[in-house]
Amino acid sequence: MSDTVLSVRDLSVAFETRRGTLTAIDGVSFDIAKGEILGVVGESGAGKSVTGAAVIGLIDPPGRIAGGTITLRGERIDDLPPERMRRVRGRRIGMIFQDPLTSLDPLYRVGDQIVETIRTHTDLSQKAARARAIALLAEVGIPAPERRIDGYPHEFSGGMRQRVVIALALAAEPELIIADEPTTALDVSVQAQIITLLKRLCRDHGTAVMLVTHDMGVIAEAADRVAVMYSGRIAEIGPVADVVREPRHPYAAGLMGAIPTLTQSPGRLAQIPGSMPRLTAIPAGCAFHPRCPKVFSRCRVERPEPIPVGPSRVACHLFDAQENAA
Amino acid sequence: MSASAGEAALPPPAAAPRSRLARFRDSDLWASFKRSKLAIGALAVTALLFTLAIAAPLISPQNPYDPAQLDLINSNLPPLWQAEGQAPFLWGTDDQGRDVLSAVFYGLRLSLIVGILGVLVSGALGIALGLVAGYVGGWLDTLIMRVADVQLTFPAILIALIVDGVAKAAFGGALDTNATIGLIVVSIGLSFWVQYARTVRSSVMVEKGKDYVQAARLIGLSSPVIMLRHVLPNVTGPVFVIATINLALAIITEATLSFLGTGLPETMPSLGTLIRTGNRFLFSGEWWIVAFPGLALAGLVLAINLLGDWLRDALNPKLQ
Amino acid sequence: MLAFILRRALQSVAVLAVVGLIAFSMFRFAGDPVNQIVGADTPVAERAEVRRSLGLDDPTLVQFARYAGNVLRGNFGISYQFRQPVASLLAERMPATLELAFCATVFALSVGILMGVYCALRRETWLAKLFQAVSLVGVSLPTFLIGILLIFLFSVTLGWLPSYGRGDTVRLGWWTTGFLTGSGLKALILPAITLGLFQMTLIMRLVRAEMLEVLRTDYIRFARARGLTTRAVHFGHALKNTLVPVITIAGLQLGSVIAFSIITETVFQWPGMGLLFVQAVQNVDIPIMAAYLLLVAAIFVTINLVVDVLYTVVDPRLRLSVGKAA
Repeated sequence: MSDTVLSVRDLSVAFETRRGTLTAIDGVSFDIAKGEILGVVGESGAGKSVTGAAVIGLIDPPGRIAGGTITLRGERIDDLPPERMRRVRGRRIGMIFQDPLTSLDPLYRVGDQIVETIRTHTDLSQKAARARAIALLAEVGIPAPERRIDGYPHEFSGGMRQRVVIALALAAEPELIIADEPTTALDVSVQAQIITLLKRLCRDHGTAVMLVTHDMGVIAEAADRVAVMYSGRIAEIGPVADVVREPRHPYAAGLMGAIPTLTQSPGRLAQIPGSMPRLTAIPAGCAFHPRCPKVFSRCRVERPEPIPVGPSRVACHLFDAQENAA
Repeated sequence: MSASAGEAALPPPAAAPRSRLARFRDSDLWASFKRSKLAIGALAVTALLFTLAIAAPLISPQNPYDPAQLDLINSNLPPLWQAEGQAPFLWGTDDQGRDVLSAVFYGLRLSLIVGILGVLVSGALGIALGLVAGYVGGWLDTLIMRVADVQLTFPAILIALIVDGVAKAAFGGALDTNATIGLIVVSIGLSFWVQYARTVRSSVMVEKGKDYVQAARLIGLSSPVIMLRHVLPNVTGPVFVIATINLALAIITEATLSFLGTGLPETMPSLGTLIRTGNRFLFSGEWWIVAFPGLALAGLVLAINLLGDWLRDALNPKLQ
Repeated sequence: MLAFILRRALQSVAVLAVVGLIAFSMFRFAGDPVNQIVGADTPVAERAEVRRSLGLDDPTLVQFARYAGNVLRGNFGISYQFRQPVASLLAERMPATLELAFCATVFALSVGILMGVYCALRRETWLAKLFQAVSLVGVSLPTFLIGILLIFLFSVTLGWLPSYGRGDTVRLGWWTTGFLTGSGLKALILPAITLGLFQMTLIMRLVRAEMLEVLRTDYIRFARARGLTTRAVHFGHALKNTLVPVITIAGLQLGSVIAFSIITETVFQWPGMGLLFVQAVQNVDIPIMAAYLLLVAAIFVTINLVVDVLYTVVDPRLRLSVGKAA
């Protein structure tokens, strides 16, 4: 963990609405090391995508970063002026969006979009940038790149477009890539290819990846560590093997129970009763307590802070109580 | 003819389901209305102008349509607050000695009558054609919608002018004032039916597939009854919005026809006719003859348009 | 592509044929054409002779065919009021109308797009709000009132610009132009603004709404995430995508500009086709009305066709689907 690329400390994101301030992200902290893939999971609305948007500085008004720090290789980036933050985007942090069908400008050739990105961030000539664009397309596995570079987005299939989007994210060799649900909109058969590609690129270039998804299968497949988010907070964060095989937080345990496995006898998948609270009605104490099977009195009044448990950190009073008892 | 049929058919079948719908909408509408200062202002101006138009014969110092009341001695008097102004001519007089204030009140009245009648005719025509096109479908639908497409590419004023010109040719110019009003109403009706027809048709197409229409058909209600009972209440919102916006357009169309000299005659002037006559005196310094009718027309159209805009946004939050 | 253009062209011809039928019906059935030619005291025998010589005794279909044939050869009949061929009357007036419509369109497009873009990008500024308010007034007020107001301000009160006519014109072959003289150019200003104002406000509101829509799309977010400059995002990507649908509407508006010139030409006593048409309606001059209707229809249909073809050139997606369909 010595080679930390991204370090997020106590990050809070708030949205000003007519009815008051809504806190979408509340005190989130995590690190991502060079070449590491951090999976971020949770139900929709848990704050995964907002966290990604906060890191790359693309939170749309009326949202804003309300507290905490984001540092990239030791340099604080959450308070940069807009023009300097723009130079960080694309150059040092790349981003991959969920839907490749709508991520590319339909009116420009894919090559023009890649060349535009490269030339925005480097001093390469038009010709050199084009050569680099062809190399990038080849690297992300697009066949006949010297011909396809002059194609329009609509001439590519969904999987191929997501490869183009990845090439665009990689165009300026960023240190960190934020992949926001990169496989959700794709066919199942293509999903695995894209994940494999992402893993290989990350390994070859030593890029750190923040992989946002609600798909535990993708996490188990690709991530080194995983952060489980619930109601804008991290419930549990740790090595993927620990969190998947031996989840501590009751919510994480519920999530893992919802993954079908080959060894289990076929039957109903486990389900967490109830649904995540809306931002307007987050309960006092632990946000998960109304749905928690192991809820006790302290959960209803006091919010749990993350506590180290083995190699993981878990925000749950159960483990605090155990330590106290021990 | 289609107008009377449409009007007669509209209210009774719609009444029962509409009252509940209306109460629900009213509450929402009322809330959004209270929020919009612009809408309140627009409604106030519209209400004021409507009142002036209705009360014109009672509050006007003079009947501008009665030549006996005009006196050339009083011609071209400036407004009262200017040095040569004379009571009772608050807004001055025109070259015939006509009181501009009275002429504006009566002109307002005429413009509103023609506008409202025009909207009723085009609405009835459009709703009827839209219902038929949507429900019957087939070649009739294709025909109606093709005609609508072609007509939509031409500005309404051009169609109104041509209907007007052709009718004059057919009847040989021997039209009295009431017939002229009727003719303008018909020209406007034929120019503005397309939007209603399209809206009603698409709504019918949607409703046609819904369970309750199928169910109504199963319990033996005949097609026209189903259409009137169930489809019409669902389109009252959009149709009302179109009608409001079209009222402004109809008033503009009448004013434009009159301004171009093919509308109402100078003996019975609408706002457009007044502006046409007043325009001749712009250079000789009698600005009040054109300014006051112009202001009245602008205020009326702007207020109705603002109301229509607000109504559209309030009924269709998605469109914002 | 060719098949697509051919199909659209055929549809256009069908529309023209229908309008031709209406024009012919006006000609034939609205009043008795004989009455327009002979005096009221002409003997019956002579009337019958005129009737026969005009071919009014032939079957209606034959008459329509003859009318259509004449129209195609540029023969629109003789004006009742001027006793001159309608075609030459229209040809004489056409340059005035086309030059006015051209100036009005250039004004509407350039100012409308500029103001629309400004309102979309600087939504909260007071200037944007002022533009919005002015546009509402511009859409609401009748054209002739705006014309009168402009005349009152700039001709009567300030005396800067002429209030009627074309000024001095220069003859170039059969075309007369006001572009080459100072007074001709000055005379164009007020009518062009009057005629273009409505379209301008329409285009402004359209550009604003479209652009706000486009700014919310994924590819604009992705363009930001790629670190492109604000200028590249706004004008390279957002504006280009905004203009695709705007082209269609603006193109179609060009047709209404020519039709709306009826009103503007009347206000400014502009010696164009619109003024001729209004005089024809006032004097029940059916041949001119019919010819004008046909001419305007032809202009509309041509513009529609050009816009459709242009659309496919601008939008690569359509180019492909059209190519496939063909």
